[in-house]
Amino acid sequence: MAETLMKFRRVSLKFDTQEVLAGFNLEIKDGEFFTLLGPSGCGKTTVLRLIAGFEQADEGEILLDGKNIADLPAEKRPINTVFQSYALFPHLTVAENVAFGLKMSGTEKSDIRQRVHEALDMVQLAEFANRKPSQLSGGQKQRVAIARAVVNRPRLLLLDESLSALDYKLRQQMQIELKRIQRKLGITFVYVTHDQEEALSMSDRILVMNHGQAQQVGAPRDIYESPVNEFVARFIGEINVFDAIVEQPLSEVRSDTRNNQSLRYQVRFALNDCLREITSDITLNVGDKIKVLLRPEDLRVEYLEDAPERPGFVGEVLERNYKGKTLDSLIQLANGQTILTSEFFNEDDPDFDYQINQKVWIDWVHGWEHVIKASDMQADGTDADLINSPEVAG
Amino acid sequence: MKTSDHSGYQGSAIKKLGSVLFISAVLAYLYAPIAVLVVNSFNSSKYGHSWRGFTWKWYEKLLNNGNLMDAFWHSLTIGLLAATLATMLGTFMAYALYRYKFALKKATSGLLFVVMMSPDIVLAITFLVIFMALGIHLGFWSLLIAHLTFCLPFVVITVYARLNGFDGNLIEAARDLGASETRTFFSVVVPMSMPAIISGWLLSFTLSLDDVIVSSFVTGPGYEILPIRVFSMVRVGVSPEVNALATGLLIFSVALVVLAQLILKKGKSQ
Repeated sequence: MAETLMKFRRVSLKFDTQEVLAGFNLEIKDGEFFTLLGPSGCGKTTVLRLIAGFEQADEGEILLDGKNIADLPAEKRPINTVFQSYALFPHLTVAENVAFGLKMSGTEKSDIRQRVHEALDMVQLAEFANRKPSQLSGGQKQRVAIARAVVNRPRLLLLDESLSALDYKLRQQMQIELKRIQRKLGITFVYVTHDQEEALSMSDRILVMNHGQAQQVGAPRDIYESPVNEFVARFIGEINVFDAIVEQPLSEVRSDTRNNQSLRYQVRFALNDCLREITSDITLNVGDKIKVLLRPEDLRVEYLEDAPERPGFVGEVLERNYKGKTLDSLIQLANGQTILTSEFFNEDDPDFDYQINQKVWIDWVHGWEHVIKASDMQADGTDADLINSPEVAG
Repeated sequence: MKTSDHSGYQGSAIKKLGSVLFISAVLAYLYAPIAVLVVNSFNSSKYGHSWRGFTWKWYEKLLNNGNLMDAFWHSLTIGLLAATLATMLGTFMAYALYRYKFALKKATSGLLFVVMMSPDIVLAITFLVIFMALGIHLGFWSLLIAHLTFCLPFVVITVYARLNGFDGNLIEAARDLGASETRTFFSVVVPMSMPAIISGWLLSFTLSLDDVIVSSFVTGPGYEILPIRVFSMVRVGVSPEVNALATGLLIFSVALVVLAQLILKKGKSQ
């Protein structure tokens, strides 16, 4: 893709004695929609504040276009922020709010008027130019905040959980709007959120963070389908985890839809102590403890009496939730583990449903499983270094 | 249905009458003394026990009373200066308390309350002792310093409360959009705090204008101010001139309040 725009090189930051970031690295490419995703307190907002210049790093370099800007104050950085609370100036009109940055940079008056008008047009608020922020709805304030930031043509636009205060419908609308603006202006967006769905649908690349550590960085699809550890797997949507031990490698090599070669193994599931075959992207050794990760939509459920003649797990339906498009069920397996399944309604059987306590047969779509080593299972993500060192496995 | 509606209406009418009576009583209690004073300032009778016809003579006497008018101008000077200086200093101080972390920050804001809460007489004695010790001549300067001191905490607390009510990101937003620290202060913080700054100023001005206790300790015969002058006048009985003076002050304060309201309203509707 494009060139690197922003880079963090071993950035560390402490608040009092609490370490927020330690040796943190980051790379954002020019023109991309980059999302920092993680639970609250994971340090994602701190990263954003470091980029904006509201926080000073204790150590490390922050590079913009290859130049270290770590000591540059916020007002001197070609970076603008859309705040979660919008932070519109209550004493100024919408147009004056949008003009603020241009006025500060000493832009000519006629030029200011022109650009403010364009920016307000872009967010479809031209007729609100003379209103005060207090006379606007949440969604309108949001759009003023975006206009106020992009009107300065920043190299980087930072958005701090900018949609979280809006209601569901409006949020969906704004997601599309943001993508449109980003594509139109070609500005690099850095978006901070704890909402994985939002991250998946909007981003070119996502950085998943936990405890001030980068867990995984990649395209939404890679993160969803090939999480590197259990934290990422669990944070990005629902997932079912099965323990297993590698019994023997199988010679067969499989190619998936994206032509990635993967290896086949026979493994022993802790559940029922049964032997199953799995596909793995990573090389496994006999005796390795592994986790087989399956999304709810990867699982197939049948009534016990209709069960096909192949091995599967048997479970009991604890809960069934009609979700409109899908039927989501909570199923308890023989060993007490509960799993979540999600099935689409199809035309063969448009009104299938389960009774509570009904016994069902469960299998997964083979080839859709994702395998990680048990040693990678840092559910809290405290030791991300382990991810890259397979020797520790076992 | 209809009858019950009707009786319900009657009940509410009685209730309404009751509340009107109650509010009238409260208003009468609050404003009757002021009304008596204003009426008496136009009363020909020197003692005000009965109405002896309309007159402007007390106002004429007031304007010709050089001592009293001098005291009035002194009071106005001190009030304007003390209020303005206290508002400027207090606004900076409130912003510093809001924006920065520094040693003794808690102590600083706590001590403001000490000044605000301590009885006037304590402040008065403190000032007197200090001025004596420093050899400061009692008069204009001592009076100004004292008034500035007791006005300051009111401004700081009013403005600080307003600042605290802001979205904390506003200052960062200004910096983010390219405003330096100074420009942020003058183009964002001050305009947004304006209502508090104005009320802080008004509060200070009023406090300064009607202070008797502190002023009587820290000023000398060379610089007499209105409350003290009035105080010494009424010791020998209320002169109708004082009524006229009080009426004038009343009109002045009402005008100030109305002016402040107008400024605030204009700022809001812009």
